[in-house]
Amino acid sequence: MGGKILLANIDVPGIRGFDVYRETGGYKSVEKALKEMTPAMVNTEVTKSGLRGRGGAGFPTGLKWSFLDRKTDRPRYLVCNADESEPGTFKDRYLMQHLPHLLIEGLIISSYALGVNTCYIYIRGEFKYLVGILEHAILEARDHGFLGERILGTDYSLKIFVHPGAGAYICGEETALLESLEGKRGNPRIKPPFPAFKGLYGCPTVVNNVETLAAVGPIIVMGGEEYAKFGKGKSTGTKLISACGNINKPGVYEIEMGLPVEDFIYGAAYCGGIKGDKYLKAVIPGGSSVPILPADLMLSTAKGERRLMTYESLADGDFATGTMLGSGGFIVFDEDACIVRNTWNLAHFYRHESCGQCSPCREGTGWMEKVLFRIEHGQGKLSDIDLLVRISKNIEGNTICPLGDAAAWPVASAIRHFRREFEFHVEHPEAVKHINHGALPVSALP
Amino acid sequence: MLKVTIDNIPIDVEDGTTILQAARMIGGKVVPPAMCYYSKLKGSGGKCRTCLVKVAQSSAKDPRPIPKLVASCSTPVQDGMVVQNLTSPEVVEARKAIVEFLLLNHPLDCPVCDQAGECDLQDLSFGYGMEETETVEERREFPATDIGDKIKLHMNRCILCYRCVYAADQITGKRVHGVLYRGDVSEIGTLIKQAVDNDFSGNMIDVCPVGALTDKTFRFKSRVWFLKPMNAHRDCPACAGKVTAWLFGEEIYRVTGRKDQYGELEDFICNECRFEKKDPGDWIIEGPRHIKRQSVISANHYERMKKQSIILPIAGKMEDQF
Repeated sequence: MGGKILLANIDVPGIRGFDVYRETGGYKSVEKALKEMTPAMVNTEVTKSGLRGRGGAGFPTGLKWSFLDRKTDRPRYLVCNADESEPGTFKDRYLMQHLPHLLIEGLIISSYALGVNTCYIYIRGEFKYLVGILEHAILEARDHGFLGERILGTDYSLKIFVHPGAGAYICGEETALLESLEGKRGNPRIKPPFPAFKGLYGCPTVVNNVETLAAVGPIIVMGGEEYAKFGKGKSTGTKLISACGNINKPGVYEIEMGLPVEDFIYGAAYCGGIKGDKYLKAVIPGGSSVPILPADLMLSTAKGERRLMTYESLADGDFATGTMLGSGGFIVFDEDACIVRNTWNLAHFYRHESCGQCSPCREGTGWMEKVLFRIEHGQGKLSDIDLLVRISKNIEGNTICPLGDAAAWPVASAIRHFRREFEFHVEHPEAVKHINHGALPVSALP
Repeated sequence: MLKVTIDNIPIDVEDGTTILQAARMIGGKVVPPAMCYYSKLKGSGGKCRTCLVKVAQSSAKDPRPIPKLVASCSTPVQDGMVVQNLTSPEVVEARKAIVEFLLLNHPLDCPVCDQAGECDLQDLSFGYGMEETETVEERREFPATDIGDKIKLHMNRCILCYRCVYAADQITGKRVHGVLYRGDVSEIGTLIKQAVDNDFSGNMIDVCPVGALTDKTFRFKSRVWFLKPMNAHRDCPACAGKVTAWLFGEEIYRVTGRKDQYGELEDFICNECRFEKKDPGDWIIEGPRHIKRQSVISANHYERMKKQSIILPIAGKMEDQF
């Protein structure tokens, strides 16, 4: 299980610069694709590789590309979604900071495959320091003939622009991202029409995550079928996991899909076990939006099989006893972590980040946060727990964009698996005050 | 022509029609309520989620249901689509939830609100809402502000339907107000107080489904159900001049555009007609305006309010009220 694809050369000194990157085999895929392959062949390779969107939904990339409206005479756009704002997820930042050329390489090939001549990287406002890194890398690539007019002497031309956002989580939703890129308020659009038909400036657009696009380069070099040999079942290839929380070695790890969760948490090559040799209590395996799972269900499925790091295995048992791989923000809680406090923290985040366009999300996220605040600060009632379940159910599925679901799932799953802890908070407000050391005292309530 | 079935009633509609428009062609009980959609404002809709319906069959080619409820105002119909509105318990439940969300921060100050009696939110909560509320949370509060010399903004009552934003974008020269901030603290506002100043700004009042934008020349003058709505017209150089004049005795208390059965204006009118012409001599009165909706406005003067059973699942509840 040592297969590394994206981060294979991460330790080479100076890999951020063009020269070192080129020496380690960089941009070979661009030469191969542009000189030896047609755009359709690139598409086929990506489809064969079984690559799935790494931004959270896990939608097959080849299929997504095939939806792009190619019949139109309007320009087409490729947008790289670098608005990584999910709490617990920091893999794209790491990738862009250390391997900017890997992303650019992937962008060139993907743009070539999609027949795109203008490509945008929409980057989160807080990642301002990465804008310089990316722009420098784009200039280097252009100076070496990999970008701009007539790339490598072929007829193909491509421009890449880096566009920093203003730091809104909602702009990671693809249609809100396109609105923001057009210079408007970042409100998600009503779908249909989907971006594949009417995206940026009303033209057909593909929006892909940084990690997805970065994987396209290695796929072209090794071939789609070879890439599909990594991983397990329909979860092919490798995935970047950003591990954080109460573990010994937080950081970004590239794992081959199919690694058992237990190995990932306790393996010396990965998280290295729980900090202070405490017990594992719960894990949010895919960024804050996905359902939390208690330790027993995290390590093995309800059927008793070992839980693996794949899209399918993590989703086994649906939401009753399963969760999602999501964006790979792996948040680990030890025995002392307070689930109620964590849930309140997440609810606070979603309330702050809701765009306020549609009523269930705008009102529901605020309501959940207020109720959770009450419970966490010793003013809750037992009926509040059922109220939370009801609110989350009413938000889920009734909103314009997935932010509503993302806000509802953590609350619903925390109550599903840790109801006793919520009840304890209601019944023993004084005791909870002592458990949550460092927390806001009850006397500080408004 | 596409064939679509809504609540077991089939209808043929043209390509590009939305589910809501198709339902309005059928009319009556199958029409989902809409708080933010406004057929005359391009781009409106999809936000309030009160018009959610269940698509039991996506099309003749693909008979699978759509897993989530869809906003009927923004979903185009497909041939062979089967839609459930009130026949789906899921839709009824979801709509109840949406009403609850919309009322969560609404001040419920209907007794002192000028919109009472012609308020879409009142109708919606009466028709679809829950009988009890259990919120103990504090409601968000904003001070009432003047956004123009003729318009008062009560942000507390706003449900953020964006209709006034689209109206200002599409029927006035320049929009000077918009949605500020985000999430549950977002608000309608102008950068500079009193900034809304153009000849068609008054239509923002008419498109507002609640009492967030009210006519300052009519504030606290009378309850709408004490007034007699009359169709009137004048020769206006700026607009069509076709309005509804609201009379109390012989006096004109206020002038609005003519609204159809879905609360939408037939014609946008100019501010001169709306705010300046309050003398009966300015207008040629055509006759009483029939307010077709289940409105209390119709109760006093022209049509006796009948027992309405507009909404199937709670018809019993409504009849008890009368």
